[in-house]
Amino acid sequence: MMTFSKKLCGMAGAAGLSLFAALPAWAQEAAEAAPAAAVPNPGNNAWMMTSTVLVLLMILPGLALFYGGLTRSKNMLATMTQIGAAACLAMLIWVMYGYGLAFGPEGNAFISWGKWFLVGVTTDSTAATFSDEVISEYVFVSFQMTFAAITAALVLGSVVERMKFSAVMLFTAIWLTIVYFPIAHMVWAGGGLLFEMGALDFAGGTVVHINAGVSALVACLILGKRIGYPKEPMAPHSMTMTMIGTGMLWVGWFGFNAGSELEADGTAALAMINTFVATAAGALFWMLAEKAHGHKASALGFCSGVIAGLVAVTPAAGNSGPFGAIVLGAIASIICFYFVSVIKPKLGYDDSLDAFGIHGVGGIVGAIGTGIVYQPFLGGPGDGSTAMGAQVMTQIIAVVVSIVWASVGTAIAIFIAKAVTGLRVSEEVEHQGLDLGEHGERAYNM
Amino acid sequence: MKLVMAIIKPFKLDDVREALSSLGIAGMTVSEVKGFGRQKGQTEIYRGAEYSTNMVPKIKVEVVCDDDLAPRVVEATQAAANSGAIGDGKIFVLDVGQAVRIRTGETGETAL
Repeated sequence: MMTFSKKLCGMAGAAGLSLFAALPAWAQEAAEAAPAAAVPNPGNNAWMMTSTVLVLLMILPGLALFYGGLTRSKNMLATMTQIGAAACLAMLIWVMYGYGLAFGPEGNAFISWGKWFLVGVTTDSTAATFSDEVISEYVFVSFQMTFAAITAALVLGSVVERMKFSAVMLFTAIWLTIVYFPIAHMVWAGGGLLFEMGALDFAGGTVVHINAGVSALVACLILGKRIGYPKEPMAPHSMTMTMIGTGMLWVGWFGFNAGSELEADGTAALAMINTFVATAAGALFWMLAEKAHGHKASALGFCSGVIAGLVAVTPAAGNSGPFGAIVLGAIASIICFYFVSVIKPKLGYDDSLDAFGIHGVGGIVGAIGTGIVYQPFLGGPGDGSTAMGAQVMTQIIAVVVSIVWASVGTAIAIFIAKAVTGLRVSEEVEHQGLDLGEHGERAYNM
Repeated sequence: MKLVMAIIKPFKLDDVREALSSLGIAGMTVSEVKGFGRQKGQTEIYRGAEYSTNMVPKIKVEVVCDDDLAPRVVEATQAAANSGAIGDGKIFVLDVGQAVRIRTGETGETAL
């Protein structure tokens, strides 16, 4: 870690950054042009290619099954199709202008530009990692592409079972452009606002989870509740599918977290073990919270705890020791449990699959907690040069900036989608189910 | 002829079937049904959202037999399906006007 930090200082210093800002470890960074002589290490390239397809596994079929199982059977296909189609749209937009807006060669604190349609990217071009290594730029473009795709898909968890397919697609395109790309740039790209501030976000706690969670909340507030919510029973139609999806999300998350190191090194290994133990703690502590609340330890509790643990450890993956990660996973899981089971019903909004309740809330706990578990006296990999209070303050600023940006951007995107498409399916289609109404198919012909 | 219709707990089906077979009953119709009586329904909880279902899953067994056998069918079913708990079910006996074996056209008790 020391070597890594020193090298990062050197790089950052050359880029004109302050020493203060350079010390924390960022797992993702701008694809800055590396020296022409740099040749990717095949081992790192191979790991990053593997990581990239693991993140794809998280979306299809991981998230599709996780979300699909939680909906009613008449909306199973619509839920999975929305996730798949939104992810595909994100991939195409990413190579057209998303990569340029997030990681372009020129830019300011909020956005970058250049490399439109990947112009200038060749099989020889490379992206910098955190040491003097490089990886092929096409791999970096692909890896980051899957992050944009899964974040867009995560947002849809709050609006399932009632939003038009056309509205989902239009919303996704606008939302990526005005919310995701700027936030990814601010947090992960050299010169980005929160990057320069020294905010720690190893694999996307702010960019992916807080961003997706808050956007999901704003979207469902504007869209409105499902007809009959919360009086009519809307029990998940297949906990089996949800459990299968949960397993795939967990496996894929190793690409997401350990891949965010951009190299197959010791920090990637740290991210890997944290992705095991924080998640295990999250799963068990959600079930313990259920028991303490007078419920039975449930399968959905297990699955929800797994996701809460994974979300919380995302910003901390390479920024925490294993025991810090366990505590973080456990605490995030308990807070998410109380939020979705006790607080949400009182607030009365319909975040159908708890995209905000788990990704938003868990992401906030994880992002702030990362400032704590990073400290060396708690077993974290930090060098102690930034005091805990100052680091936590930086984390809070990053969280607040993400919340404000995501809220405003999502409101704009959803109102445009509403004006163009009408946003919501007809009452008849909602009763009949979106599978038949929007896609002309049934999930189960039995 | 009588139709003996028994609503029983699902896990008692095998016991009832064996008891009736030993009486010489050669056929029955079984369906999965839902309903409620004195037994309370179940409560399902998903992330804190509680759904109570009044309807409890049961098995409906229908047997047609001649009038003389009917009391023994009822008795055997009652004994086999009894667990002593609320929710063991009910038995109804109805008169049957006619029975026809579709393949041969036999009617009445010979069709059973």
